[in-house]
Amino acid sequence: MSQAVLRPFCEPLQALAADVGPCDPVVPAGGRTQWEIGGLPDPGAREVFLPAGILEYEPAEMTVRCLAGTTLAELAAVLAEAGQMVPLDLPHAEVATVGGVLAVGRSGIKRLGYGPIRDVLLQVVFVTADGELVRSGGPTVKNVSGFDLCRLMVGSLGTLGVIGEVILRCFPRPAVSQWFSGEADPFELLHRLYRPASILWDGSRVWLCLEGHPADVDAQASLTSLEPCDGPPELPSPGRVSMRPSELASLKGEFVAEVGVGVAHLLDPTPAGSLEARNLALCQEIKQRFDPLGRLNPGRSVWAEL
Amino acid sequence: MSRKPGAGNVSGGAGLSRTLIADLRAVTGPDRVLGDPLELAIYGRDSSLCVGDEPSVVVFPTTTEEVAETVKVCSRHQQPFVARGSGTGLAGNAVPLGNPVVIVTTMMNEVLSVDVSERVAWVQPGVLNLDLTRHVSTWGLHYAPDPSSQQVCTIGGNVATNSGGPHCLAYGVTSAHVLAMKVVLADGTITQLGGLEPEPAGYDLRGVFVGSEGMLGIATEIAVRLMPNPPEVATMLLDFEDVSAGAATVSAIIADGLVPAAMEMMDANAVEVVEAFVKAGFPTDAAAVLLVEVEGLPAGVKAAVETISELGQRSGARHARLASDAAERDLWWKGRKSAFGAVARLAPDYYLHDTVVPRTRLVEVLEKVYEIAERYDLIVVNVFHAGDGNLHPLLAFDSRTEGVMASVHAAGEEIVLASLAAGGVLSGEHGIGLEKRDLMPNLFSPADLAAQDLLRACFDPAGLANPYKVLPAASGCGDLRPQIDVPEGAWV
Repeated sequence: MSQAVLRPFCEPLQALAADVGPCDPVVPAGGRTQWEIGGLPDPGAREVFLPAGILEYEPAEMTVRCLAGTTLAELAAVLAEAGQMVPLDLPHAEVATVGGVLAVGRSGIKRLGYGPIRDVLLQVVFVTADGELVRSGGPTVKNVSGFDLCRLMVGSLGTLGVIGEVILRCFPRPAVSQWFSGEADPFELLHRLYRPASILWDGSRVWLCLEGHPADVDAQASLTSLEPCDGPPELPSPGRVSMRPSELASLKGEFVAEVGVGVAHLLDPTPAGSLEARNLALCQEIKQRFDPLGRLNPGRSVWAEL
Repeated sequence: MSRKPGAGNVSGGAGLSRTLIADLRAVTGPDRVLGDPLELAIYGRDSSLCVGDEPSVVVFPTTTEEVAETVKVCSRHQQPFVARGSGTGLAGNAVPLGNPVVIVTTMMNEVLSVDVSERVAWVQPGVLNLDLTRHVSTWGLHYAPDPSSQQVCTIGGNVATNSGGPHCLAYGVTSAHVLAMKVVLADGTITQLGGLEPEPAGYDLRGVFVGSEGMLGIATEIAVRLMPNPPEVATMLLDFEDVSAGAATVSAIIADGLVPAAMEMMDANAVEVVEAFVKAGFPTDAAAVLLVEVEGLPAGVKAAVETISELGQRSGARHARLASDAAERDLWWKGRKSAFGAVARLAPDYYLHDTVVPRTRLVEVLEKVYEIAERYDLIVVNVFHAGDGNLHPLLAFDSRTEGVMASVHAAGEEIVLASLAAGGVLSGEHGIGLEKRDLMPNLFSPADLAAQDLLRACFDPAGLANPYKVLPAASGCGDLRPQIDVPEGAWV
C-alpha cells in the first residue's frame, strides 16, 4: 500500500521557521493588542513577525485556512462576503492578529453564545523551539487523530511554539444581531432566554445581545423589559478575572461581568492565576520538554510565578 | 528530549507476581480484582476486531482514591495499565497490549452533583452517556454529545476518544463539553485539569487530555457542560434516487448558512437492514435517506424547515417530510442509531470504519468506497454524519469464509487512504487506538509525531498508561521503547 503524501508547508511558513531558528530567544509579535498579558518579554529577545494572508476559504466547508499574522478585520471581511464569520470578536480587529488572539486565548464577549475561542481552532502549524514546523489537528470539523496539540497552543502565549498557520471553524452570520439594555436581573434573564449571544452586567444595568431570526429576536426581547441600544458598553480594562459564573453576583465596585461565562472586566490590573502543585508541575514539565532552552517568549508565563 | 525506557521493564501475564495481585487486592478488596481465565479473556477485547493480549488482572475501583492507589501499585511494579469503560470502542483503544492491569470504570457510575443554575454536572467516568441526559432531563437540560452507542457507552470512554455523535454538528464534540476533570496520572497522583471558571491558569491540559485515549492518565471525575433543551425541534426525512443528490442537498444546506443540529445519511443497504429490524418508516426504494434535525426558537426552526425542503427538492429529493410528532422522531432516530446492530441480518461479522472528509468531497469518496467494496467482493453499508463529512462505511462479512479477513483488512485500509487523499483525517470519533496507529505516518510527519510523543512523555515518562496505542513505535526522539508490532491477525 502506497503511503499518502503529506501536504507541504507553504513558503511563508518555511520562512517563519527559518526566522525562528533553533538558538536565540525570540518573541513572536502579532498586533500587540494584548502585549502585557503574562508579563512583558525579556528586552533582549528578538522579535519575530508572523506571516499574513488567507490561504484557503471554501464557504461550503465552513472552514478557513490562514496565516497567523492575518488581522481579525481582514479575516472577517473575507468571510462576510460569503455570509460567514469566525467568532473572534476581540477589540482592535484592524491590528489584532489571528495567531496573537489564539496564543493569548481570551474569548470575546459573545462566548456565552459561541463558546470559548479554543474551540474554533481545527488545525495548527507551529514552529517548535528547534525551529521545526509541526502540524496538529486536521482540516475537518470532526477529528480525533492523535493528541490534541491545538488546545495546548491556545492560551500558551507562544511559550511552547510560534503559531504560524491555522484552520478555523466558521459560523453562519446571524440574520439579526441586536443589543438591548436596561435594568434587569441578569441571572434570571440567562435562564428565561434561550441561548442568548451575550449578557453583560455592571451591577445595575444589563446589556443583552440576541441573534437569529428577526421574529425570534423580537419574541425573546419581549420577554424582557430591555430597550434596543447601539451596542455593548465600554469594558473596564486592564483588569480581568475569571470565576465561577454564579460568583459574579458578589462583585463590587466598577466592573462589567460576562453573565453565564464568569469573566469580569475591571479597571485595576489583576494578577495571573495560580495553579495547584501537581498541575503546575505538569505545566512546567511541558514547558521544559517543549522549550528546553527557554527561548520561546522568555519573560511571559501562563501562570503566576511564585 | 530523552525518555526513560520504562515500558521495557513490564512483565508479561505469565510472569505476574503474586505481590502485584496482593497489593491490588489490598486496594479494592479481593471481590473487585478478577483473574479468572474466562473473565480475563472478556476484558481482552473491545467492540473492534482488534486482538491484543489478555489482561494480567482486572480491577474494579469505585472512587478516585481507589484508582489512584491502583495506579500507584502498577507504577511501583512497573506494570502497564489500561482504563476501560463499557468496552464499546471500535479502534482497539482499550484492548490490552503487554498484559497490563485493566482498570474498569463501570462501577464508578454515579452522577456526583448537578448545578442547575450553572448547568454543570460532575460525574464519575462509568456513568452511561444516555443515563446522564436522563438524569438531568427533569431540569430541561441535556448532555449534547450523543454517540450512537449512547445507551451503553460511558462518559469516561467518551472523554478518552473525544466522542461525537449526530448532534455534534451544531454543538461540537466532547472536548467542547468537558469543563474540568479530576484525573489520576500515571504515577498515581491526583490533580484537576481545567476548571468551572472560564479561564483557568496554566496550559489547557483539560483540552489535551480529552481524546488522549487513556494514555495520559485516567479521568475519575468529570465536569460536563449541560445544554438547555431547545424550545422547538423539527426532524425531517428526505429521500433520494441517488446518493449524490443527497450529498448535494447537504452541501446546499450548509452553503445557505444553516447549521442543523444533525444531518445523517443512510444508503440503500442501510435503509434495507434498518427497516427489516426497526420498521422506522424509511422508504426502502430510495438510494439514500437524509435525516435533518433543526432546533432552536420557533421562527428560526420554521424558516429552516422551509429552506431545507426547498433546497432538497432543488437538489433532487423525491420527498421531504416532517416528523409528525415526538414518537415518529424517536422512531427515526432509533432507526438511525440501530443501523450498525441491524447489519447482523446481512452477515455475522462487520468492520465499522470511521474517517472524515471535507463535506464537498463526500460523493467522490463514497463512490470510491463502493468501488473498493465491489472489488473485494464485500457488502458495504453506509450510515454517516453527512453534515460534518464523517463517514462510517461498514463492511459486512462472514469470518468463516476463507481469506475474507485479508480482503476486509485491505479494503479497510484502502478506504482510509482514499479519505486521506481527499484531504480527510484518520478518525472522526472512534480514535486511533491500535487499529489506525500504524497509519498515523500517512497524516503526520515524524516531527508532528515526535511532538505528540513529547506530550505523552510529560504526563507519563515511564509509558505505563495504555502503552503502544495511537503513536507508532519509534515516534519519540531517541525512543528506547521496545517495538511492539501489531499482533498477527490483529483484525480478526
